[in-house]
Amino acid sequence: MYAFDIERPTSLADAKALLAGEAQALGGGQTLIPTLKQRLADPGTLVCLSGIAEMKGVTSGPDGVAIGGGTTHAEAAEGLKDAIPGLAYLASRIGDPAVRNRGTIGGSLANDDPSACWPAGALGLGATIVTDAREIAADDFFQGMFTTALEDGEIVTAVRFPVPEASAYSKMIQPASRFPLVAAFVARFPDGVRVAITGASEDGVFRWREAEGALSADFSPEVVTGQPEGPMIADLHGTADYRRHLCAVMTRRAVRAALDGTGGLSSAGA
Amino acid sequence: MPQVSMTVNGRAVSGEVEGRTLLVEFLREGLRLTGTHVGCDTSQCGACAVHVDGKLVKACTAFAAELDGAEVTTIEGMAGADGSLSAVQQAFQDYHGLQCGFCTPGMVMAGAALLEENPRPSEADVRQYLEGNICRCTGYHNIVKAIMAASGQEVEPVAAE
Repeated sequence: MYAFDIERPTSLADAKALLAGEAQALGGGQTLIPTLKQRLADPGTLVCLSGIAEMKGVTSGPDGVAIGGGTTHAEAAEGLKDAIPGLAYLASRIGDPAVRNRGTIGGSLANDDPSACWPAGALGLGATIVTDAREIAADDFFQGMFTTALEDGEIVTAVRFPVPEASAYSKMIQPASRFPLVAAFVARFPDGVRVAITGASEDGVFRWREAEGALSADFSPEVVTGQPEGPMIADLHGTADYRRHLCAVMTRRAVRAALDGTGGLSSAGA
Repeated sequence: MPQVSMTVNGRAVSGEVEGRTLLVEFLREGLRLTGTHVGCDTSQCGACAVHVDGKLVKACTAFAAELDGAEVTTIEGMAGADGSLSAVQQAFQDYHGLQCGFCTPGMVMAGAALLEENPRPSEADVRQYLEGNICRCTGYHNIVKAIMAASGQEVEPVAAE
């Protein structure tokens, strides 16, 4: 690692002031620390967000569920159990137990890895990403691989999720990294169904509109046919065609899990 | 340089660290607690797993400076003051849950963290909880048996099938 200074603010206001310069925010560090070790980043100053109590916790209200940006995956999984079981399932299978005890929802969304789990949950539920400056709809937030609507130094302070009638997450795990090879989040609302796919597209997480249309008319696995368009990721773990094929498989499994009320399922893939 | 204070295995410790000093470096090089191993140093293998405020954490993927005020338990803190092994450690010995032993500190810390969360796990629960701990010798059978045995559940007292 290149040398850097580390700042440990205890309030959002202090963190914001510290991030006004060239500094970079550090969430749970489960992606950023490995990146620093590879010398792929040279931030000068890291502003550690884990000591900011006002950015932690899960609260349920009439408008849905709000999760603080500094909430770990493990805390989110526990806090979401009753409110949104599909999202609780998603959080409960990110990485491994030790990663879930450090990694945060805000860090994952800000990083927007094209194979990360949280972006699928946020886009699939139509969440609102709350920052220190504004509120951003999930449909506007994700703008491509590792690219979001966030400005430099902007902090994800919370994420608000509407509560669906039913939802589930289905994930084909890439066993070495435990990221999804492809995963689908499906959510049924009174006014229609949303389907978000992660791990597949070169443009990062996306909504599969054709599947949404079919499922809005008939919420059953059999109606999910065909394949999404667009450039797909190809690497040693799976070809573009394989990933394109998995989109429908994962979506059908997620629909089945949503109907069964199990929250989701995972299987080890290539 | 930042000053950091924590409680490690019940003992108050403090020191100056660089921003980039990892928890595992603070433990091994600063405190000479070399039971916590560095396997991959890429957050994959879990050999460096310790407990931070009671939760399983990879000590190679957290900065010491982030953990000011934390309570840390390492493998050196698992045995009693008289040297008597903890239930998980004893079960690893009884069920031969190791071969070369390199991954064992992390496996013991993971097993103990699991039993805190889930005192009577199924075999599937144990295997899933160990997703972040890699062993290249045993094939995991006896590690899983040891953790099941430490939970007080019956397991066959033989080596892997």
